[in-house]
Amino acid sequence: MKIQVKGGRVLDPASGTDSIQDVFVSDGSIIGFANSPDGFIADRLIDASGLIVCPGLVDVSVRLGEPGKEYTATLEKELNAAVASGVTTMACPPDTTPCLDEPGLVKMLRNRATALDAAKILPLGALTKSLQGRNLAEMVELSRAGCVAFSQGDGILPEPAVLRKAMEYASTFGFSVWLRPQENSLGSMGVAHEGEVSSRLGLTGVPVLAETVAVSVILMLAKETEANVHLCRLSSAAAVNLVRNAKKESVKVTADISVNNLHLSEVDIGFFDTNYRVTPPLRGVRDRAGLRDGLVDDSVDLICSNHVPVTYDDKNLPFAEAVPGSSSVELLLPMVLRWAEQEKIPLIKALQKITSNPRRVLGLPDQKIEIGEKTDLCIFDPDLPWVVDQTSILSDGKNTPFINSEVVGRNIYTIIDGKILFEDSNRAER
Amino acid sequence: MNSKLPDAEVLISQLAKEMKPYVSANTGLIGIHTGGVWVASRIHKILGISLPLGEIDVSFYRDDYSKRGLNHTVRPSSISFDVENKEIILIDDVLNSGRTARAAINEVFDHGRPNRVLLGILLDRGERQLPIRANFTAKNISVEKHKKISLEQKNDGLLTFSIRTENEKNEPTAR
Amino acid sequence: MRKMNPQLDRHGHLHHFLTTEYLPKDILLHILNVAESFLPVNKREVKKVPLLRGKTVFNLFFEASTRTRTTFEIAAKRLSADVINVNISTSAQVKGESLLDTVSNLSAMHADMFVVRHAESGAPFLIAKHAAPHIHVINAGDGSHAHPTQALLDMYTIRHFKKKFEGLQVAIVGDVKNSRVARSQIHALNILGVNEIRVIAPKTLLPIAVEKLGVSVYHDMEQGLKDADVVIMLRLQKERMKGIYLPSSQEFYNTYGLTPSKLSAAKSDVIVMHPGPINRGVEIDSFVADGNSSVILPQVTFGIAVRMAVMSILTGQSK
Repeated sequence: MKIQVKGGRVLDPASGTDSIQDVFVSDGSIIGFANSPDGFIADRLIDASGLIVCPGLVDVSVRLGEPGKEYTATLEKELNAAVASGVTTMACPPDTTPCLDEPGLVKMLRNRATALDAAKILPLGALTKSLQGRNLAEMVELSRAGCVAFSQGDGILPEPAVLRKAMEYASTFGFSVWLRPQENSLGSMGVAHEGEVSSRLGLTGVPVLAETVAVSVILMLAKETEANVHLCRLSSAAAVNLVRNAKKESVKVTADISVNNLHLSEVDIGFFDTNYRVTPPLRGVRDRAGLRDGLVDDSVDLICSNHVPVTYDDKNLPFAEAVPGSSSVELLLPMVLRWAEQEKIPLIKALQKITSNPRRVLGLPDQKIEIGEKTDLCIFDPDLPWVVDQTSILSDGKNTPFINSEVVGRNIYTIIDGKILFEDSNRAER
Repeated sequence: MNSKLPDAEVLISQLAKEMKPYVSANTGLIGIHTGGVWVASRIHKILGISLPLGEIDVSFYRDDYSKRGLNHTVRPSSISFDVENKEIILIDDVLNSGRTARAAINEVFDHGRPNRVLLGILLDRGERQLPIRANFTAKNISVEKHKKISLEQKNDGLLTFSIRTENEKNEPTAR
Repeated sequence: MRKMNPQLDRHGHLHHFLTTEYLPKDILLHILNVAESFLPVNKREVKKVPLLRGKTVFNLFFEASTRTRTTFEIAAKRLSADVINVNISTSAQVKGESLLDTVSNLSAMHADMFVVRHAESGAPFLIAKHAAPHIHVINAGDGSHAHPTQALLDMYTIRHFKKKFEGLQVAIVGDVKNSRVARSQIHALNILGVNEIRVIAPKTLLPIAVEKLGVSVYHDMEQGLKDADVVIMLRLQKERMKGIYLPSSQEFYNTYGLTPSKLSAAKSDVIVMHPGPINRGVEIDSFVADGNSSVILPQVTFGIAVRMAVMSILTGQSK
């Protein structure tokens, strides 16, 4: 299939390109840029005037409901939602049921996804067996089955002695270790940021200390073991500072934050709104500012959706009993655009956080919009407003703090491996 | 407009005079909040009634509670004598539908069983909705339905009637 | 952006009573005034008024509390309501139907009011959100969040003995961290405009950023009780008497227990309150609990009148 993407503003963080150009795609490869290759006859002409053409978005934390939580969501629906939102590659945490500590399970998940002909799924393998933080999982076998890194997901952080061995073992084979830093003994009972709001509402808090203690330990161990460490979902300004300093000391560490922590704070919980029960918890406004500072100076490498579909029933419970998580993959793009707008971040820099940077952290080769590259494309309207509601959300999970609010920026076309896997019919008919 | 209304002070003297033959050592006087209490306290003094003056606020017995809610100026009822076997005279400023009097009678019975309950009022508007009649009436008056007559106490303690068009809502008052 | 107060209807009237926080002062005063009118009713020959005749009040106690349930039951019955006690232990609920299914079922039985006690903070808000629109919800204590009727009976007690709120120094002593009563008291005292609210406790029993609730923090009883007009002692739960919050109940008593000598730092006409049940010799010395300054028993009496007031104000405002 030959596709001509005509007249869009090409924004490519990997190559630094920012100009209005045509892009010519044939059989999944970019064969022409700016000028039409000789004899190119497009099977499909996409009018991208007024749109932005960028490499497909990469989301490093998408929970798909499978295996084990098919009642919350199914692979078909969630992949469909991701693709419709411009996400072409995603990493899936291992905290499924059962967890991804069995190579067979990983293969099955990948096969299911490949058969669906949708976005690319990169499973994160379990770092320890059953995610219990005691015995190492079969990392080499899991890697062969397709795991790109090893993680505890939202499971418990192993004690330092186990973590040290896990890092040593992983670094032996060059595997990255992805950890959500939260010291169990300080944070496992908490349901909201330990601060003014949790004190008011009488909710058990997760102190910032739970995060900084864990980050400190992890950074010490990373330095010692020389393992590649990725810190998942930082939530506090203090943790960002620790990462900033570690990076200055050339510790091999990267970090991400979720769109929730990027935009929201503890006060948004209001009177026990369980859509704001998320992991890690929404912290104070100063923490939010610290996370944003980290994005600007690249202490924080990337932004993810931290997508967790949760059923209506599992959210309609008292705050502490409600299942944490938000359905966010469809909000990744608009929330990154909102942040860029608010902080006057150049678009190309903002898009780095959801394209080239996550690829680098995942150990994937760059995807550039250049001749000869096999690049997935996301073509979006940066100015199109839409309302997040029960019908506009395609995911099975309708649980988002942004429900019933207006956001700006909408994906119009998604091209994966040279195939148009999504197009917004309203726009296409125009 | 006030000029058309009778002089409350004059009516109080008339009402006291009318009641006098019926008062004994066994008579308990109970005023209905708010206007009725003012009137009752005057009569209590004029007639030299020995039992202490009772006051009731019928808010808890009103039949329009579920429609209109609790009166924002509700005050405690206080009857410091035992109503059992007493000759009770209820006093109110204005009698119209009879609903307030009905509520007051009910409340009195929740304090005990009196021998007899009588009713004394300054003004009777006559638009009765219940089979109730005052035993002592200072004056009959006819006013348009949507007008509300109420008693007010001036700074010098004198009582006067005022009239206003209804639907001016009572605002919540802090005490 | 502050979300709309879910207790108020669109006219600003109280529709549910879930927390004292963010309530307008005139609503709190109205409750106290109405309670004052109910007080004599409880001393009469017929201790009943017909306000809630024909209404059905469900006591939904997801956490057992005979004491609180009884006061609500008495209050509802003195208003002539029909009262149904539903004791749902949380464990049974886990096995069976969900919280909201329970609520829907009872709504279908034409309930008019739910009085809810739940171990989780915020549960009554969830019930209020999902109950049929004509149903009123009263929070009878949720987790560590709020216990607004208890707080208001305490406010009533303070007004009864001190006649005003302005200028008062109020000291709250003990486990503020886990106390729903303390939170509701602090909000109410701030709204009603006392001069100063002091919390006195070791750091382990204070919630983080407690000063943001509008209190001054003391760790020493002598300093904290100095010139206090009102002292509120909080109940210390047994499971917190020793462990990571406190080394022992004896050490707590020696440091923070209210004894006559510690109380002597307060004003001579100080009143001492306690939401009950009292741990004698843990939070408070018997000489103080039974002494002249103690108003613990009047609190109980006022509690019924305050709950009658809340119930009658809520139901009276449904259309």
